[in-house]
Amino acid sequence: MTDERTVLSVEGLKKYFPIRRGILRRLVGNVKAVDDVSFKIAHGETLSLVGESGCGKTTTSRCILRAIRPTAGAIRFRTDQQRNVDVAGLSRTELRPLRRQMQMIFQDPFSSLNPRMTISDIIGEPLLVNGVGDLAERRKRVAELLDLVQLPLAYMNRYPHAFSGGQRQRIGIARALALNPALIVADEPVSALDVSVQAQIINLLLELQERLGLSYLFVAHDLSVVKHVSHRVAVMYVGRIVEMAPTEALFRTPRHPYTEALLSAVPVPDPRKRAKRIVLAGQVADPSRVPPGCAFHPRCRYAVERCRAEIPQLQPVEGGGSVACHRAGELALAGVAADG
Amino acid sequence: MAEPMLSVRDLKTYFRPDEGVVRAVDGASFDLYPGRTLGIVGESGCGKSVTARSILRIVDRPGKVEGGNMLLRRGDGRVVDLAKIDDSSAEMRDIRGGEIGYVFQEPMSSLSAFYTIGNQVIEAIRLHHKVTAKEARDRAIELLQLVGIPRPEQRVDSYSFELSGGLRQRVMIALALAAEPRILIADEPTTALDVTTQAQILELIRKIQDERQLAVVLITHDMGVIAEMADSVSVMYLGKVVESGPVDEIFHAPKHPYTQALLRSIPSVLAEPRSRLATIAGSIPHPYARPPGCTFHPRCRDFMAGTCDGEAPPLTALDAVHEVRCYLYGRRAGAGT
Repeated sequence: MTDERTVLSVEGLKKYFPIRRGILRRLVGNVKAVDDVSFKIAHGETLSLVGESGCGKTTTSRCILRAIRPTAGAIRFRTDQQRNVDVAGLSRTELRPLRRQMQMIFQDPFSSLNPRMTISDIIGEPLLVNGVGDLAERRKRVAELLDLVQLPLAYMNRYPHAFSGGQRQRIGIARALALNPALIVADEPVSALDVSVQAQIINLLLELQERLGLSYLFVAHDLSVVKHVSHRVAVMYVGRIVEMAPTEALFRTPRHPYTEALLSAVPVPDPRKRAKRIVLAGQVADPSRVPPGCAFHPRCRYAVERCRAEIPQLQPVEGGGSVACHRAGELALAGVAADG
Repeated sequence: MAEPMLSVRDLKTYFRPDEGVVRAVDGASFDLYPGRTLGIVGESGCGKSVTARSILRIVDRPGKVEGGNMLLRRGDGRVVDLAKIDDSSAEMRDIRGGEIGYVFQEPMSSLSAFYTIGNQVIEAIRLHHKVTAKEARDRAIELLQLVGIPRPEQRVDSYSFELSGGLRQRVMIALALAAEPRILIADEPTTALDVTTQAQILELIRKIQDERQLAVVLITHDMGVIAEMADSVSVMYLGKVVESGPVDEIFHAPKHPYTQALLRSIPSVLAEPRSRLATIAGSIPHPYARPPGCTFHPRCRDFMAGTCDGEAPPLTALDAVHEVRCYLYGRRAGAGT
């Protein structure tokens, strides 16, 4: 299945958090945070995971980085020696050499940098920890990295408090790039930034990807940002991917009613395009009590009897995407397009 | 148009900590009309939240409303200047909540965890209206129903931590409406929410506004929300309103270089996939290091040396409803006729 351009291949990933009650800590149920998720990311590609809070997008990314141990499934990562390794079951020591190849960019640039370390130490720390080069070589690499994220070299010996949110996010990106990773997991990397700065960071992420051939797993709730960064988008709902498609196809011709509703809810920055929104009733289902059948059926305006009984599986559709909806073939859903 | 319910002129709210002075709001002017929504938009540090808190006179120390006036036409026809009134007077307490309701961004920290949501709504009702406990409770349930909380007769006895973010924000709106104010100030009411919940809350605000002819001030950094909701818009940058006008003109004929740059730099669901965004150079200056003259000049692509970095530009009226604070549209003061 895995061709040589695939950097990451996730198969049947599950993460259940047990719910225990009583003195005996008896297992009374599971929070199915991630339930049978599969996708691939190619070299140089960005896949975005989108969905409402609690949909499992962050848990999925944490499993991939092995910040937490998945309950089931395979996470095949292609190392720089072209080996395929399933990181799902590896121990801490086995993971260590792989960790440098998958790095993370955090949401909050204010709490993710150590205030007592200089910029040079923060960016150079991954090099030091992994025993890369001597002091002079490390300083040279830090200088290169600062240049890469477009920060002046003069900043090297300053502390994080002297920097704005956008500059701190650049420092975080430089640190993530220090060890030449193949895959970057970015969890809401621009959502804490001001609009004018957000645009700079989005452009920087696009540029770095093209220059360095990085693969991104981009976790975000803001569909406008997602449109600007992604090659493909996976929409999650209560632990499952309900639709996955190339970016343009997903926005223009969504196949899943949930994708349609999400797109419809995004405010468009043009007062002439005030549209009648599809307002979803209620809220995201509780992942410890997932509704039977399609988890989205209680909020879906197209739901029929079958949706209440049978869980729809992801099926390929025209245009390179796939969708998990019993009625995908018969529904004509509305997307968003510039000329629309 | 009808007379404005609230008319703010040249509002100045300064913070004077020991280190110097921060001009958080430095000359903001706008009017509110019944049934209309004013959007105040800007990035962090632009003074949009301090503007809201100034109207309510709840600016934290060492901040203080130091200049301008805010003329509120009260329900009984009297006009009160909120800039001059004592912020702890009985009249101000009556206005706060009674005439002007408010909703803040973080519903978790704005609601008490020690009282049921019903208790809090009932308290707000009884503070402004002489009703019995039973009547107040019935009104509270009605209000929870109005803001779309399912099973309000049960939820009235639940605590805020038992509710989701969207439901909590609905409770906040119920609280804001408890004393039947005529003005609603909503400061980033949907920022902490998912898009689907955001759509629900925005629709709710619109519906209640229509029913009650509320004047709404919607404060946000999100141009999408502004485009969706506002009738008129004030764009703020570092304490000043740099441009104000009808929503359609702000989006389709923006005049200030900052408004233009802001609109170009926002990501949109309508954009080409993986298209680069236009950026604004640099970042927002530190409050203690405001540039002289027009505070936007170091980031402005229309910067005119010797003009923009001299005196601060005055507000120039382009027509009866559209104003801009930029030398591209008006001469420098004292530069001849």
